[in-house]
Amino acid sequence: MPTVSVKRDLLFRALGRTYTDEEFDELCFEFGLELDEIHCSELWKWRAFYPYPEGFLTAFGILLTSEKEIISKEQGDEKAEGASDVILYKIDVPANRYDLLCLEGLVRGLQVFKERIKAPRYKRIKPNNGQIQRLIITEETVQVRPYAVAAVLRNIKFSKARYDSFIELQEKLHQNICRKRALVAIGTHDLDTISGPFTYTARTPSDIKFKALNQTKEHTACELMDLYKTDNHLKHFLHIIENKPLYPVIYDSNGVVLSMPPIINGDHSKITLKTRNVFIECTGTDLTKAKIVLDVIVTMFSEYCEKQFTVEAAEVIYPNGKSYLYPELAYRKEMVKADLINKQIGISETPASLAKLLTRMYLKSEVIGDGNQIEIEIPPTRADIIHACDIVEDAAIAYGYNNIQMTIPKTYTIANQLPLNKLTELLRHDLAAAGFTETLTFALCSQEDIADKLGMDISATKAVHIANPKTAEFQVARTTLLPGLLKTIAANRKMPLPLKLFEISDIVLKDSSKDVGARNHRHLCAVYYNKNPGFEVIHGLLDRIMQLLDVPFGEDKGYVIKAAEGSAFFPGRCAEVFAKGQSVGKLGVLHPDVITKFELTMPCSALEINVEPFL
Amino acid sequence: MGPAASARPSRPSSRSGSMTGRVRFQWMIPHFSYKEIWEQKAKHFFQDHTESNRGGGSKWWGFVPHSRWRIPGPRFSGLRSFRFRHVPSHLHGADMADGPVAQLLLQRLASCDGGLDSLELSSALGLEHQVVVGAVKSLQALGEVIEAELRSTQRWELTPEGQETAQDGSHEARVFHSLPPEGLVQSELMRLPSGKVGFSKAMSNKWIRIDKNAPGGPRVFRAVDNVEDLVQAKLQLVQDGEAERLSEKERNELKKRKLLSEVTLKTYWVSKGSAFSTSISKQEAELSPEMISSGSWRDVKFKAYNFSSKGVLPEGGHLHPLMKVRTQFRQIFLEMGFTEMPTDNFIESSFWNFDALFQPQQHPARDQHDTFFLKDPAEALDFPMDYVERVKRTHSRGGYGSQGYKYDWKLEEAQKNLLRTHTTAASARALYRLAQQKPFSPAKYFSIDRVFRNETLDATHLAEFHQIEGVVADYDLTLGHLMGILKEFFTKLGITHLRFKPAYNPYTEPSMEVFSYHQGLKKWVEVGNSGVFRPEMLLPMGLPEGVSVIAWGLSLERPTMIKYGINNIRELVGHKVNLQMVYDSPLCRLDT
Repeated sequence: MPTVSVKRDLLFRALGRTYTDEEFDELCFEFGLELDEIHCSELWKWRAFYPYPEGFLTAFGILLTSEKEIISKEQGDEKAEGASDVILYKIDVPANRYDLLCLEGLVRGLQVFKERIKAPRYKRIKPNNGQIQRLIITEETVQVRPYAVAAVLRNIKFSKARYDSFIELQEKLHQNICRKRALVAIGTHDLDTISGPFTYTARTPSDIKFKALNQTKEHTACELMDLYKTDNHLKHFLHIIENKPLYPVIYDSNGVVLSMPPIINGDHSKITLKTRNVFIECTGTDLTKAKIVLDVIVTMFSEYCEKQFTVEAAEVIYPNGKSYLYPELAYRKEMVKADLINKQIGISETPASLAKLLTRMYLKSEVIGDGNQIEIEIPPTRADIIHACDIVEDAAIAYGYNNIQMTIPKTYTIANQLPLNKLTELLRHDLAAAGFTETLTFALCSQEDIADKLGMDISATKAVHIANPKTAEFQVARTTLLPGLLKTIAANRKMPLPLKLFEISDIVLKDSSKDVGARNHRHLCAVYYNKNPGFEVIHGLLDRIMQLLDVPFGEDKGYVIKAAEGSAFFPGRCAEVFAKGQSVGKLGVLHPDVITKFELTMPCSALEINVEPFL
Repeated sequence: MGPAASARPSRPSSRSGSMTGRVRFQWMIPHFSYKEIWEQKAKHFFQDHTESNRGGGSKWWGFVPHSRWRIPGPRFSGLRSFRFRHVPSHLHGADMADGPVAQLLLQRLASCDGGLDSLELSSALGLEHQVVVGAVKSLQALGEVIEAELRSTQRWELTPEGQETAQDGSHEARVFHSLPPEGLVQSELMRLPSGKVGFSKAMSNKWIRIDKNAPGGPRVFRAVDNVEDLVQAKLQLVQDGEAERLSEKERNELKKRKLLSEVTLKTYWVSKGSAFSTSISKQEAELSPEMISSGSWRDVKFKAYNFSSKGVLPEGGHLHPLMKVRTQFRQIFLEMGFTEMPTDNFIESSFWNFDALFQPQQHPARDQHDTFFLKDPAEALDFPMDYVERVKRTHSRGGYGSQGYKYDWKLEEAQKNLLRTHTTAASARALYRLAQQKPFSPAKYFSIDRVFRNETLDATHLAEFHQIEGVVADYDLTLGHLMGILKEFFTKLGITHLRFKPAYNPYTEPSMEVFSYHQGLKKWVEVGNSGVFRPEMLLPMGLPEGVSVIAWGLSLERPTMIKYGINNIRELVGHKVNLQMVYDSPLCRLDT
């Protein structure tokens, strides 16, 4: 869930009233937000909240001198010297509500919800002079990043706060819907420093040379990639294009580099507080998401344009010659029956009242037709509405979840336990009654745990292997419960002897007969750890388990144990358990090497069987 | 007494504390190494027997419930069987009541009016005070034979220097008396034992004078004819036990001169009890079969039990607390008519874990940073292909009333095997199976099993945890139904104040987080997540239109940690578990 940090005082000014922390928390809860933390920020905390490493700041045209100066400019030098009293709200926003990722959107959403304002209508307009900005895409981009959309915010007025919010929104979008710039990357430029038409193309890295944001001299793309390898922010994005033969790049008509998406913008067109006209380009591998991202940015910040909530269109021409106007700012109409909404929520509101509820959720709605139909207009800010069920949810939120009458469904069913789990539950209790204590160990472990330490080669196991473990503890899924039990003993060596432990749980083995190529098996493992090996104790436990499972001693339908070999066991002290005509596991005295490798010092005997044959 | 006293910090501050209190105490155990505890016990064991007439040995058992410390069997088996097992702790108090000192004490008590002071008795008998105290305690353990009141008194005692002074006079007096009429050269005087201290004191008393111009160096003479050594007199008073005749100021002055010291003395004032008798016959420890058959138990006096000691804990095995909680959750679902779903595949394909749930292929949860993917077997190979087609279409182009996500859905992405990130994958399989049964019949399902996340680990997050999930599928289920069933479910957990917050889950719409008011934290805390499965998930499976599926989930670890007062998840789950905690954990009764 993305978290948005907003300055409380700015938020309240924009909302036109103040709230206590509790009141604001309540409002958030009702609206589906979560007021996560309230921070009184001091200078150092400012840094914590704006942790943009320089690379990020430079990448998006931010002219930052120092944080101290920002604060001093806004609040006077004294506060910047020591601590400032700015109170920040950290608000958790649902992951699909991109329109709430900045102060502007939050305020607009809450004001409409509280019926203090009507939802503004966003308009795409043609430029006054008829000179539309053009972005021409060349076919080289197909291999690396084929899509681009663009728009212009004309006559915008930035203040420091608006400017910060503008930058932060881009960062939030990059982190969320843009999937760390892999799907979409945003570039914003001072239009007055560049001249169209712009060309979005892809070139070999050595052919791209420009002065990247906040760099003092020109670098080739190769040099920049090297340079940013140590940049804490930018290094995370390099992999997106690193191994491509061509890198994406946008030029203006004079050959000035606007940006090398998704890594860095050019220094030439960087945005400052004085910028009045902003050219926005979004490039990516997912056109739908690029369009959504562009819509979100322009709907949020057209508020500060001279003609509020208007956005100047830009034309994007694809290699096949087709041209499109962006941003789309599409309004879509949906029809939903009032009955359906009532039925799915479990309320009985009139259609008119439902339409009013939906309008409060930024979905302008009216009753039409036979009086049961509600026509809902989905604005470009609400890309999350893709089905009637999304509309139903918004009606429920506006109605108030906690106002809905709770009822118990009439669904009549007979409960059944899973036979394997039922047997496991029964066995667990009787194993505890037999003096053994239950453990709960991890299903993931290292290769060493299930192979080397048990005197086996990993290739001899049928273990499934994890592709992306962060540490060795998560290399494989366990193929046996024994290592977990031995590790439990090792961690509890201070406990009085004897230690008698068991676990009944799942292990995982490769199995080509299953759709995913692997399956779980329910194992029972028990260990006895003492000054003496205590084989008779573990053997006695096996006899008791067979008694409990009603399996008699003997060949054929009963159970027997036969001398066997096992790498984990001391030679001559290992037996295989046969029950109902099949091998179900082994028991024996552990090999001293195994004991040592698990950092234990005493003799130990163990039993591990598969429970499934006894179902 | 020393070792017993030093062992005392290991006691819980309150033995009858709250459940949490007790659990916390058990966490403290690892701070004492096992060896230390054993050594302390061993000392007491021996002290108890080799110095049995000194009493006090029983005290150890009174303070530390030995069953807590679980002495290992074989390594110390001899001791264990003798002391720790066969002689129950509640008998130890009476061990020495028939000793000679106790007999003497009783005889003295019989012949006196009122009572006896243990200190006086010890000096009268010529015994160490501790020995008498031991006898008092052993008699106390018999019940009402004697009454003993603990008294602590402040007493003034002479220091060794004070004793010397009381006998030989103060330093200043000794200096005075050592001066011959013709005086003494100062340097010679200073060489006397009392010289330095005595000289300055005698000077300030004006008992002596010094002639600095005398031939042969400064010379000291008596200044008066007689002196009265008050210091000696005062100390002699103290020696005679009449310290109270000195004023506070006088005593403090002597204390400052290190001649007197103040000591606290703990003594017992012993008087006859309601069952007083001088004839404490040899007592039997326990009833024996022979006594029963011969009837001799009628004539035998039995040692009294010490009911303030702890019993011997039974030697059974124990169930793991998290599994105990799991059992209760299963029970709750079964009580509510829910059928258990199979969850026997930790390995799942991306298809069932994500795609089937209408979670787009670019969703951040499908990132390497959040999910464990498999290297071997890397791909799932077998899918119901007609269903896969419908899923693909719904994601990429929409349908069933949906706009879809409008992206290029790839089978290769869906084939990627992973460790399931939620048991909702198992629910998806169960619902798909349900959809294949015609005609549709309503269902209530549940599961509790492990799920895996490739997350950053901390005190409350592990890479694997247990997810609890409940699912109801039927025609015309509403959000009100979901809330109603959640209310019933959480009531069974003892959670009654619920509040619902709008939320976002990729596969449910509407979605709601369940909050409960936590009395301890004084705030609303999230206890679960829930919602109505999206039509884009259900309709491609083949479930009839009009069938809604409501579902909720929560982790098993969180309620368990709250229930058992555990702050670090590693103390509960995994091999680093504290087995003592497992041994000592109470029953899981969620609704109390």
